[in-house]
Amino acid sequence: MKALRNLFAPALLGVAILVIWEAACRAIPIPQVLLPAPSVIGARIATEIPLLAYDFLKTVIQAVIPGWIIGCAAGLVVALLCDRFDFLKRGLLPLGNFFSVLPLVGVAPIMVMWFGTGVAPNIAVVVIMTFFPMLVNALAGLQASSHLERDLMRSYNASWMQALTSLRLPAAMPFIFNALKINSTLAMIGAIVAEFFGTRIAGMGFRMQTGFGSMSLDLVWAEIAVAAVVGSLFYALLVLAERAVTFWHPSYRV
Amino acid sequence: MAAAVIEARDLSLTFQTADSPVYALSKVNLTVNDGDFVSFIGPSGCGKTTLLRVIADLEQATSGSITVNGLSPHDARLARSYGYVFQAPGLFPWRTVEKNVGLPLEIMGIGDAAERVKRNLDLVNLGGFEKKFPWQLSGGMQQRVSIARALAFDPRLLLMDEPFGALDEIVRDKLNQQLLELWERTAKTVVFVTHSIPEAVFLSTKIVVMSPRPGRIIDVIETNLPRDRTLDFREAPEFLKLAHRVREGLKAGHSYED
Repeated sequence: MKALRNLFAPALLGVAILVIWEAACRAIPIPQVLLPAPSVIGARIATEIPLLAYDFLKTVIQAVIPGWIIGCAAGLVVALLCDRFDFLKRGLLPLGNFFSVLPLVGVAPIMVMWFGTGVAPNIAVVVIMTFFPMLVNALAGLQASSHLERDLMRSYNASWMQALTSLRLPAAMPFIFNALKINSTLAMIGAIVAEFFGTRIAGMGFRMQTGFGSMSLDLVWAEIAVAAVVGSLFYALLVLAERAVTFWHPSYRV
Repeated sequence: MAAAVIEARDLSLTFQTADSPVYALSKVNLTVNDGDFVSFIGPSGCGKTTLLRVIADLEQATSGSITVNGLSPHDARLARSYGYVFQAPGLFPWRTVEKNVGLPLEIMGIGDAAERVKRNLDLVNLGGFEKKFPWQLSGGMQQRVSIARALAFDPRLLLMDEPFGALDEIVRDKLNQQLLELWERTAKTVVFVTHSIPEAVFLSTKIVVMSPRPGRIIDVIETNLPRDRTLDFREAPEFLKLAHRVREGLKAGHSYED
């Protein structure tokens, strides 16, 4: 019941925006290139479902999800290594930072040169984009347990591994979920933009680019709509998982 | 006479800070015997918590000697000789009460966890709260869970660092009474840090009065009070006499001056 009520306000606002948008497009003769009406976009989505589904498969299933998993897992593993071996922290953290500021438009073509024109360069771009946020957040999370809690572990003569599994990883979970959420949107952006650089001949980014070229802006908007819905669902799933895992956190307690 | 549980000789600990060294402990001599209930009392900065942490090997002395169960504090910690109760409960919010009490058993690989958890929760009068999460309990109940956790692996020695300092006086009185009963029943050796004179006098067989700058022992008072005392005992003349002697000791250590 409460969930329904929480959904009501944004749903109402969303519908209102669509109605105003539609009305504006009919009242004022806005060129379709600038802004197609929602009804036009909707019609295009309806006729292009096989194509949109194919692009979804190419971009989300083949690039976003694997890249996000690899990037997040690598970030977490490196964070654990940095935590265990201090010299790695001093060496790897600045290097990770360095990679995170590499401009996407420069990295994507380089990845194509390195990994060829299949899906590999797209996955590589997503990995690069998601690695650092996870590294930084997981490292902060591993420091999140208090001195008292760590003294407690010491008084039990707990090993590094025991302290990790019973205290420090659970305490880091809110931070790790933050990174997973940030990375879900970064992965979508990374995979779509990477396709702009001649990496593939299908996918959401590829379709947007060719849509611009052929002035079929309704198709571009259709892809944008799919990307927005998919990205939101991805994020929402992570929020649900977060609530299940960090139910104990003050922001979720019941 | 039984061998001493804790034996400190000329124990000193100096913290090197940026501007000047801090003499946290200076030439401390102390003997704690098996079954004693020893309180360290003194104002902030007198080294009472530091001394407890040295016993627990959470801090290392710079000179002098100390043994815990005849071992160095380091070896005693590795042998899991003591249970430590901190100023805050320090319970893990993602674990239920019973899982929190079972935490040391998991880490130490001790069997019959279910039975031990139940016994120790009953000991602190928290039977029936097994499935609750810590944040669903009051502060006093949380601290009792942390006492049950410290007792779960049945250490002979219980180290308590101002465990009731954050609680209101009514809850504190009740927990003092319960702790005394618990000590009676389990015959543990307890070392208890406090800054409350009534608490120290009510609980202890031996009161160690400490004073700051440098942190040192001013007076050691053997109380020899009847074991089955209740809270009413705090109005008895013997109690007031002991409380007076503690206060005199604190005064002599300049604890009431700026």
